[in-house]
Amino acid sequence: MSEFTASPYAVYLIEFIYLIASALFILSLKWMSSPATARHGILAGEIGMVLAIAGTLLHHGIVDWKWIIIALVLGSGIGIPLGMVQMTAVPQRTALSHAFGALCVTLVGTAEFYLGTQNNSKFGMTVLSMEVILGGLTFTGSLMAAGKLQEILPQRPITYKGQNLVNFLLFAGAVGSAVYLVLHPETQILFPVIVGISLIFGVLLVIPIGGADMPTVISLLNSYAGLSAAAMGFVLQNKLLIIAGALDGSSGLILSIIMSKAMNRSFANVLFGGFGQLQASAAGQEAKPVHSATPEEAAAILSAANKVVIVPGYGMAVAQAQHKVRELYDALTKKGVEVRFAIHPVAGRMPGHMNVLLAEADIPYDRLIEMDEINGDFPQTDVALVVGANDVTNPAARTDQSSPIFGMPILDVDKAHTVMVIKRSMNPGFAGIDNPLYYLGNTLMLFGDAKQFVGAIVRELGGGH
Amino acid sequence: MSSNLIDALFVFMLAAFIGFEVIRHVSPLLHTPLMSLTNALDAIAVVGAIVLVGEKKSTFATVLGVIAIVAATSNVVGGFFITDRMLRMFKTSRPTNK
Repeated sequence: MSEFTASPYAVYLIEFIYLIASALFILSLKWMSSPATARHGILAGEIGMVLAIAGTLLHHGIVDWKWIIIALVLGSGIGIPLGMVQMTAVPQRTALSHAFGALCVTLVGTAEFYLGTQNNSKFGMTVLSMEVILGGLTFTGSLMAAGKLQEILPQRPITYKGQNLVNFLLFAGAVGSAVYLVLHPETQILFPVIVGISLIFGVLLVIPIGGADMPTVISLLNSYAGLSAAAMGFVLQNKLLIIAGALDGSSGLILSIIMSKAMNRSFANVLFGGFGQLQASAAGQEAKPVHSATPEEAAAILSAANKVVIVPGYGMAVAQAQHKVRELYDALTKKGVEVRFAIHPVAGRMPGHMNVLLAEADIPYDRLIEMDEINGDFPQTDVALVVGANDVTNPAARTDQSSPIFGMPILDVDKAHTVMVIKRSMNPGFAGIDNPLYYLGNTLMLFGDAKQFVGAIVRELGGGH
Repeated sequence: MSSNLIDALFVFMLAAFIGFEVIRHVSPLLHTPLMSLTNALDAIAVVGAIVLVGEKKSTFATVLGVIAIVAATSNVVGGFFITDRMLRMFKTSRPTNK
């Protein structure tokens, strides 16, 4: 805050409140490390947020309260339904909230530019440009991601010739204009150009990305949203904003790294790869024989087993089968079968998606096991039951160098004594990659809708009791 | 100005490192609530928008600021709300007093 005209005590008080809020934000994330303390984390975050907003209202420059109050009430009114969405809709809700966060940052940056507070300082203009470039591309990019996840937009990658060149030129155009504007602050016309290009770039960056890559993209957008907020903190000289932005930025970056490692792909490959286009032609021959089984047979095998591992995937979310899966878990547990869940990092449409869905279905979280931890147990597993997962179980990732997913870490379900795969049909999955798992001698295909099929198994188990 | 700038860069650097260390220890179990929580915290950008609207320097700035407050506040309220809903669902099968 540059003006010290009014009461300096208020300024110190606000800074002190921001200091406490920063500490609470860090504690909030620290407590997220375990489910046992995570709810304290929310409380810390909430207190920090309320303190920070209340402290800001003490700001001496504030002369008009009416619109602040109206906007706060309106925002809360929109926030409540956004907090009540179904758990299956959490990925698109998250993408939408990245868009809202980025919108806020971009609008404030734009207003600051036209108020002219930063325009005489080269550094101020540089961070202001970074703020609106990151904010603008995150805003439209996240809207595209949300549209794809909500299936308003096609989930398939939309690609065209020269796409990467166009994207590169747009980004270079935005950065180039920003550099020129920093050096020549009088060329104000460049500012709307920068914002406009960033908005278009965000759209074009995300439309070529397919649904299976969404966990990485959402994490990257999360990181950009944080960095744009940090840039806004530099512009406003607000350390609380810098800290919150840096925390969010590093969180998104860590998640992006975990996600892209779990797919054995680089960021560049996710962003510029256009996955899922070329492989469709490679599949298609379905002459190979598969073994299939009925719900009765599946139930008999499951109840004879000692150890069962269930592998959930996005298909389980689509079929809304998580509650039936819980019933299966209950029925088998009652028979003394040890049931655990194997969670691949990129199963679902955002980081941790499967854990939330299964937790919602009341499955205890200590039954949800990460890939690295459970992979060694598959050889001692009697039945691996795959519900709506595909690529994350594809053994071609280990063995077939020509496969598009070669090198991706997978769940080694094929090492279990018996593998059961619930699947609608033999059509290749979303990415169009054939899965040799289905043709193995120890694999049984359970054809049908995941929810109905699991329901049928549960009825069999109950009846045979 | 320049010492302010250096201070700000130090703050950013330290916060980024703290972020890395803290987030690295978050269980993969909680990655979805983590993302909605950081989203809510990130909406602290609302304080910038509040000052912008309150200072009432131009109609243009006020309009943009009001939209910004609405967008960020919906993230604050919705983000904390849904994170709490998710975390309440995580239960353990072990008979503990938690």
